Amino acid sequence: MSTDEVVLRKGVYRDSVTLMRISKTLSDLDGVEVAVVAMATPLNLDLARDLGFELPAADPADLLVAVRGERAEAAHAELDALLSANAPLAAASDSEQPPLTTRSAARRTEAGVVLVSVPGEHAYAEAVDAVEAGLSVMVFSDGVPVEQEIALKDLAAEKGVLVMGPDCGTAVISGVGLGFANVLRPGPVGIVAASGTGAQQLSCLLDLAGVGVSHVLGVGGRDLSPEVGGRSANRAIAMLDEDPATELIVLVSKQPPVRPAVPAKRFVEASADLTATAEHVLKELGRPVPEWPAWPAWAGRTVTGALRGIYSGGTLCAEAGGVAGTGTFVDYGDDAYTRGRPHPMIDPTLRLEALAAVAEGDVVLMDVVLGHGADPDPAASYAHAIARCPATVVVALIGSAGDPQDLHRQAAAFREAGAAVFTSNAQAARHARSLL
Amino acid sequence: MSLLSGPPRVITVGAELLGEALDAQAVPRTAVAWRPPLPGTAGALTRVLLDPRRAAANERAVRRLTAARPHLAGVRRAAEALDLPPRTFLHAGPPITWDRASGPMRGALIGATLLEGWAADEREANDLLADGRIALEPCHHHRAVGPMAGVVSPSMWMFEVRDEEHGGAAYCSLNEGLGKVLRYGAYGPEVLDRLRWMDAVLGPALAAALRVSGPIDLGALIAQALQMGDELHNRNRAATSLLLRELAPALVEAAPGTAAEVLRFAGGNDHFFLNAAMAAAKAGTDAARDIPGSSLVVAMARNGTDFGVQVSGLGSQWFTGPAGVPDGLYLGAYGPADANPDIGDSTITETAGLGGFAMAAAPAIVRFVGGEVGDAVAATRSMYEITLAEHPAYQIPGLGFRGTPVGIDVTLVARTGVLPVVNTGIAGRVAGTGQVGAGLVSPPAEAFTKALAALTKRAAIQ
Repeated sequence: MSTDEVVLRKGVYRDSVTLMRISKTLSDLDGVEVAVVAMATPLNLDLARDLGFELPAADPADLLVAVRGERAEAAHAELDALLSANAPLAAASDSEQPPLTTRSAARRTEAGVVLVSVPGEHAYAEAVDAVEAGLSVMVFSDGVPVEQEIALKDLAAEKGVLVMGPDCGTAVISGVGLGFANVLRPGPVGIVAASGTGAQQLSCLLDLAGVGVSHVLGVGGRDLSPEVGGRSANRAIAMLDEDPATELIVLVSKQPPVRPAVPAKRFVEASADLTATAEHVLKELGRPVPEWPAWPAWAGRTVTGALRGIYSGGTLCAEAGGVAGTGTFVDYGDDAYTRGRPHPMIDPTLRLEALAAVAEGDVVLMDVVLGHGADPDPAASYAHAIARCPATVVVALIGSAGDPQDLHRQAAAFREAGAAVFTSNAQAARHARSLL
Repeated sequence: MSLLSGPPRVITVGAELLGEALDAQAVPRTAVAWRPPLPGTAGALTRVLLDPRRAAANERAVRRLTAARPHLAGVRRAAEALDLPPRTFLHAGPPITWDRASGPMRGALIGATLLEGWAADEREANDLLADGRIALEPCHHHRAVGPMAGVVSPSMWMFEVRDEEHGGAAYCSLNEGLGKVLRYGAYGPEVLDRLRWMDAVLGPALAAALRVSGPIDLGALIAQALQMGDELHNRNRAATSLLLRELAPALVEAAPGTAAEVLRFAGGNDHFFLNAAMAAAKAGTDAARDIPGSSLVVAMARNGTDFGVQVSGLGSQWFTGPAGVPDGLYLGAYGPADANPDIGDSTITETAGLGGFAMAAAPAIVRFVGGEVGDAVAATRSMYEITLAEHPAYQIPGLGFRGTPVGIDVTLVARTGVLPVVNTGIAGRVAGTGQVGAGLVSPPAEAFTKALAALTKRAAIQ
């Protein structure tokens, strides 16, 4: 018989992405219909009530555990194992106090950079700790007000450090990928990016052409706005200008209203077509332009409908929309879709729903981004839905040969499911357009 | 090292998934065990952290706190040393009125009224106080501190501690010993007899001795005592011995007739030094006051009803919450039902990086406050998370001579939810009872969150 078990646990905190992963694992257990493990915020309480759970009064600092099923109590036992497996890296011994703030962590280790991904309303405290400690910081968090961004970047200028973000999804520093980042060979190209997925497409294409990058420095999508005035872009360009490993600097941004200072080194400003930009960079370096790897396929489905862009990357979505010149494009990585849930590069739920909703005869164009931080096996997440989808599916597969998901295995799996696969997003968009 | 000069070591704070991505790349990292701030503080925290004066103001405030050089300069009567209005008593903690005062606070005020001879008996004293014919003001408003009830009446002798670095002065009454004593709210004949002896013998002898010895460097004594197992709040045995070693020859010279009884009294009271430590702590925290933009706590104090804090950037305003009942061990047949809520200015020691903050230095008392040595170490380590500095002179041998955690920052308390660890004595609830135990107590979080909210109102407009 199915029962509801609802428990509030005090003094336990895990971030929302971790808890969503735990909820999913528990929901997949035999004898469990649904499990909600979440901090008891008003939003999460509403979510659990919508599922029909009766909830006691709760404090946002409590951990809500609501399980329905024949073996609901078994889920609670499993939860303990999952929570301890997902505990933040604890200190070496019991007598060690783990750092509770970035300030405390910075005082005890010789770090080079801080990666902040707490919810946006709390991000300033951690980021300002980093800058005050003289450390560069990548603010992955979104939803940070612009005046906080400006204050942070002004303080960073005083301290001689770089603020990447807020809302910075990607950075690669001397081969270390922060956030969503591809495994790239070392090389002469330094990238300054106001757009995370744009930088990922460009650097992956260069990598496929045998050209590596020195660093990818994200600056956040708002850095080149008139208010922020390119504070971080200017600093990042100056840093790359001084960096001996960098020969050529590329600025990736969606038509910036503010233009940063031009460096002394060779400089390329990305156009709206990132594949064309990659080719431009290769020519500047005197390198041949290869055929971009692609695995076209004919799904055998007649096209009678419209083009539907189902994207996870904002810049990729805009690029594809521009190249295709027609169709309906939705960026599921937009703030409007990511409130209270993980980014679609991690969690396929929203795009699986979108795939299930397309009509027969439509063409679906979607991006799949590989690399650290992203879905460890996106083909496994989407192949079934693509195979069942009544539309023709075209995938822009953004990845490098070194990515942990294995670019070629992913391409083969998507193709097996019936999708045409391109490593160039622009080529994928042209292909999709040509099917109409 | 510049950001781009090689693969960086990373500090991660937030989504564990992004940390795991670094682990997969074998990048060395330090993970912050982050959790959301105290409920309702997120907006205020960011506004206070955005105040451009904050970082420099806090640096200056904590530097002044730790640079103070407290010296025991003399022993003087309260009426002469403090700026006391007529018919006024000082008391511990934030301001309080008779109707809200707890049992031990009322008992101590009655005792002081009898000591001053302003009333013939307990009932008359009670009436005077209840009618408001004796004014009550916090010790902290007069550069003074008092343990437990902390009642100071005009005739009482006070330790005078001078800060030779910044020129300030701070005062604390003389310690009466343990058991039935005024500071725990007792006012029976033996309590008043002891106070009269202190008035006639102890005070004058100490004053004379200090004139002979000259100022005694309390900072040096505190630093040594920490290395001898004191934390200067619940354990003062080493510091008392060290002070007597300094004072004894001068006492014998200056007051040969009473030196023996004075030394016997002080030597028989392990807490004799506590009051000097409190004045020394007060001298340091007062040096850190009134720095615009600073979120440093400059006083934590309890009056038996409310727990209050004062903050450097917020002047003399108090931010209060209900005082909690300490958790600890009880004397004889007493139990938690007999305990009064937390009371006393002795939390000035924690405010200055001693007491509970230096617990790791005092393994001998951890059982007394109900714990293991590991708990003491953990308590001190956790205090580094809410403090701005490590004390340059006050060090803990067991932690590799690391400086004690010093300088509580209101923003760090709100961010971490970690409240200051306070070691304390426990007073009996009923007036006249005296001490019933000792233990640990947690301050109310709201005292800190109210101070944080007030800081937003004073934050400089950008």
